[in-house]
Amino acid sequence: MNARNNNISQGIDITVILLYAILVSIGVLCIFMVEYKPGVDVFSSFIGGKTNYSKQIFFAGICIVLATFILLADSKLFTAFANLMYAFGILLMLATFAIGTSVHGSKSWIPLGGGFNLQPAELCKIFTALALAKFLSRQETDFSKLKSQLIGGAIALLPAILSTAQHELGLALVYLCFFIVMYREGLPPGLLIVGFSFAVLVVATLLVNPNILAIALTVIAAITIYILRRQIKRQKKLLTIIVGVWIICVGVQRFAVPYIFNNAFECYQSTRIYSMVGKEYDCSKNHHVAKDPSKKPKKTDDYNVRQSKIAIGSGGVIGRGFLKGTQTRGKYVPEQHTDFIFTSLGEAFGFVGCFAFLGLYLLLLFRIVRIAERQRSTFSRVYAYGVASILFFHITVNVCMTIGLFPIIGIPLPLISYGGSSLLTFTILIFILLRLDADRQMVLR
Amino acid sequence: MYCYKYFTLITSYSHFMPVYNQSRSRVIQIIFVIVFIIIIGQLINLQVFSSKFRIDADRNAMYRKVIYPDRGIIYDRKKRAVLENIKMFDLIVTPADTKGIDTLDLCNLLGIDTATYKKRIRDINIKNTSVKPSVFEPLLTPEMYARLNENIYKFPGFVLQERSVRSYPFNAAASLLGYIAEVDTSFLRKHKEEGYEQGDYAGYTGLERSYEKVLMGQRGVKILIRDKLSRLQGSYGNGIYDTAAVAGKSLYSSIDVELQQLGEKLMTNKVGSIVAINPKTGGILCMISAPTYNPNYLTGNQRRKHFGEMFTDPRKPLYNRTITSRYSPGSTFKTLVGIIGLAEGVIDERFTVSCSGAYYGCGTGKPKCLDPGTFQLTGAIAHSCNTYFATVFRRTLDQPQFGSADSGLAVFNQYASSFGLGSKLGVDLPSENRGNLPTPKYYRKIFGPRWQTCNIMSNAIGQGEVQTTIVQLANVMSTIANKGYYYTPHLIDSIEGGDEYGLLEKFTEKHYTKGVADTVFDAVQDGMQGVMDYGTGAGFKVPGVVVCGKTGTVENYAKVNGKQEKQANHSFFGAFAPRDNPKIAIAVICENAGFGATYSGPIASLMIEKYLKDSVAGKERQDKIESMAKTSLIPKLMRIEIARMDSIKRAKEKPVIEPVEEDSTDKEEAVPLQQEAAPSSVPSKDSGNRKTVNTSAAILPDEKKTIKQAKPNN
Repeated sequence: MNARNNNISQGIDITVILLYAILVSIGVLCIFMVEYKPGVDVFSSFIGGKTNYSKQIFFAGICIVLATFILLADSKLFTAFANLMYAFGILLMLATFAIGTSVHGSKSWIPLGGGFNLQPAELCKIFTALALAKFLSRQETDFSKLKSQLIGGAIALLPAILSTAQHELGLALVYLCFFIVMYREGLPPGLLIVGFSFAVLVVATLLVNPNILAIALTVIAAITIYILRRQIKRQKKLLTIIVGVWIICVGVQRFAVPYIFNNAFECYQSTRIYSMVGKEYDCSKNHHVAKDPSKKPKKTDDYNVRQSKIAIGSGGVIGRGFLKGTQTRGKYVPEQHTDFIFTSLGEAFGFVGCFAFLGLYLLLLFRIVRIAERQRSTFSRVYAYGVASILFFHITVNVCMTIGLFPIIGIPLPLISYGGSSLLTFTILIFILLRLDADRQMVLR
Repeated sequence: MYCYKYFTLITSYSHFMPVYNQSRSRVIQIIFVIVFIIIIGQLINLQVFSSKFRIDADRNAMYRKVIYPDRGIIYDRKKRAVLENIKMFDLIVTPADTKGIDTLDLCNLLGIDTATYKKRIRDINIKNTSVKPSVFEPLLTPEMYARLNENIYKFPGFVLQERSVRSYPFNAAASLLGYIAEVDTSFLRKHKEEGYEQGDYAGYTGLERSYEKVLMGQRGVKILIRDKLSRLQGSYGNGIYDTAAVAGKSLYSSIDVELQQLGEKLMTNKVGSIVAINPKTGGILCMISAPTYNPNYLTGNQRRKHFGEMFTDPRKPLYNRTITSRYSPGSTFKTLVGIIGLAEGVIDERFTVSCSGAYYGCGTGKPKCLDPGTFQLTGAIAHSCNTYFATVFRRTLDQPQFGSADSGLAVFNQYASSFGLGSKLGVDLPSENRGNLPTPKYYRKIFGPRWQTCNIMSNAIGQGEVQTTIVQLANVMSTIANKGYYYTPHLIDSIEGGDEYGLLEKFTEKHYTKGVADTVFDAVQDGMQGVMDYGTGAGFKVPGVVVCGKTGTVENYAKVNGKQEKQANHSFFGAFAPRDNPKIAIAVICENAGFGATYSGPIASLMIEKYLKDSVAGKERQDKIESMAKTSLIPKLMRIEIARMDSIKRAKEKPVIEPVEEDSTDKEEAVPLQQEAAPSSVPSKDSGNRKTVNTSAAILPDEKKTIKQAKPNN
């Protein structure tokens, strides 16, 4: 027994386990804060198991069991089954179209009976991370080749496309985080720059009057041509490129963005994104509303963000104290135990608490990056970056959403938000990483 | 695609094997840090530099609950509480919590049907949501409370909530104690700085109003937390921001509640008032405005109904006649004319006037005299000789040194106003009338600049333009009793915990009359004693007490169908007793009741005896109380009006084919009917179940049942 224990714990990164345990505990505490009611006997309601925090503790227990199994497993198992699991995940996601049930308007859940539902898109994150690692670690893969880059991109984006089809925009967005991984593995940084520039252009489109923006873009192009006039004389191609970029930019600004907002997005999604930059979206222009007027929202309502910001903002520097937040006690923030869990922390412990809490997350991310870099096998490294990216993306989107920097899309805060499937997913992600890391001297293919 | 190649071109330095992309690890870490810094930046913005979120959070969650203190209690001169607080209960419901209760059972207990129940719940849901507690049935009767309290466990979602309600244990002194009511917008506008809010109660009339500041106490505030559905979640910050309510201060009044009750009984079915003052202090001993009502009618859950009835009653029971109605003082004014004549030296005690039946000094034969003869001052007062006082009045005004009647009247008025006439006395009740002392200027306007005393002769016998309130008249009596000074009549002697706002300061100031010698008062008192010994008041002596009094029978007119029409005389009486050591000064009026000696005099006599001897002795005098209480003297005009309203009511109840006749002969017929019905039915029904028989003329007999039910105490 003793020998076996040694065997499990050998090479396991204690820092990550510690951070994991601390974060899960903070999560339970936050859920407790949200649910606490003065005058209710905490002990009996805890034992009764009717409360969310006791359920979360129960889920944590399951996670411990699962984590132990993962640590006991053979690392080769993950490389061997990576592709198979990915295929299985994609199959499950396709299956939701047939047998899925609708929860909160998105048909992305498979009923498991007994009141439990499975969201394949959630599980697929693990599978995609594994499959991507598997693909990139193949000996024959040369990621500097465009073909490999396209395949890698396809692996990451396939579940995202399926998720979008299920109206789970939030989950779909998460898959974008795999580009960070691919960047690390050699994706040209130009793509990131293009992506970033594109984002700036989109935001500018929302903010600035279209004509003024078009003029501004033209002016920029003209200035660039003027500065580069010598190079252009030598290399005519450059002019073509600049003009091409200018055409694309204006095209995006004039046609693509309005098209996406009016036709691809639902009215409420467009409204949320517009409200992020402080603008109002005219729903009458929306294609979906034109088709089905009942989809028109009653009123542009930023209640969630407003209450969330009030909760965090009212925390001040040192917070209002444990269980003393009025926003939390008054249940002003909707979905506070799941997507908006960060608000309870921000209100109770203020800026100091948030800073420390985010510090923990950053520590975890850095630790994982460090783990990634010490791997001998590409598979483990890619997987580790996958884990770091998924975590990073979740944290960023979720926290930014609660503080009003990002439109509201329902994705949970890793290890903190209430919910069994989210907690299980992140546990599996992290513990597979720890298992792989324990075998970092091995070369896995 | 072309573009893509361009980018690969410019980033071609990184074209190594992926393994060697280690520098990108740094880039990724830097991205992590940058994003986290952006987040931290926004957190600093939200949490460190924006104070508005804290305010927003407080606005969301904090609920200021006002804690109402008990209002102050009012005691009478023997420290009996005449106005106090009792606990009553409201039935409170939170509709969301009432699932699965036996509605029928509850309805049976409450005595309502299920349709009413459903309607009320529906209204509550609309008005106050189903998750917040609302009043289902306010101010339960004690029996209802007892019944519900036993069974309330069966009805989750329903609770009984205590509430403090004003209560008048003696069922008396309604008009002077006043009532409280929910503040309305005009009240809020007038009292902006005093912190009233919608839904607060404030004193509206009587002492409740004039001592509102003292009685209301200090409201407390509890800061509570509410959730997004406005459900209260408990106290904020463990109550450190709460302030406790401070109960209202009690008032100690000079009222003698037994005297008040006797007065109200005597004035049953009469219209008029009684005011008695303790001359030594100015403290008002009783203040009866008839008809009055049981003040408890305006506290229970039937308040609105009762208020409506009384508001429309032609007899105006809500009206405090003692301070708001002004009358010609009639012969009671002669005492003052005598005093002024003596003080000015135009007559002395031996001055004699003989009267042959009228005063012919002005050639009009007016005023007439009821009791011809030859009188000195004493006899003239005792027999109320008009001619005598007409002579005195004329002599006073026409003194050669004044030059004209005009300046003579000015001097006369100086005397009169030093007795408290012609301006508000400053009684501690709202809406006091100032009475009227006609000024020279006024007469110049009517009779021209060279008017003569003969023009205003009726003032000599208190019948002209001079008008007083009953409090003023009582105060004149008090001043004569004191031989030349008075304290402003007031109801409140002291305030619990001291007179913080200086409300009582003016009541300690002695007001002296304009230079009148004691001998003058002695002479007038002789005359007033004569009234009781052998004069107009001989019929209602107070056994064993030397009373000084003066009767008055006042002619009066009312506008009927646009014409001034003479009405039955007002019956007046003013007195004080005992003469040597005056303890009570009293003024009584019975409107349109006839001679002063017939009604007001005997009433005053009984009141004086009650006050001085604590009870009315002898069967004859006791019977007098009962017979007086049974006498109905509701003025004719009011009876006509009541009859008219009743017929309208009847017409409304059952549609009559023939229209209500407006013919005057018809009205005359209706009058005696009403006159008989009112006195017989009201007191007999009333006397059984109460300590005191009340002047409940305002409440029609058929409402009795509901009133009894609504009455919370006794």
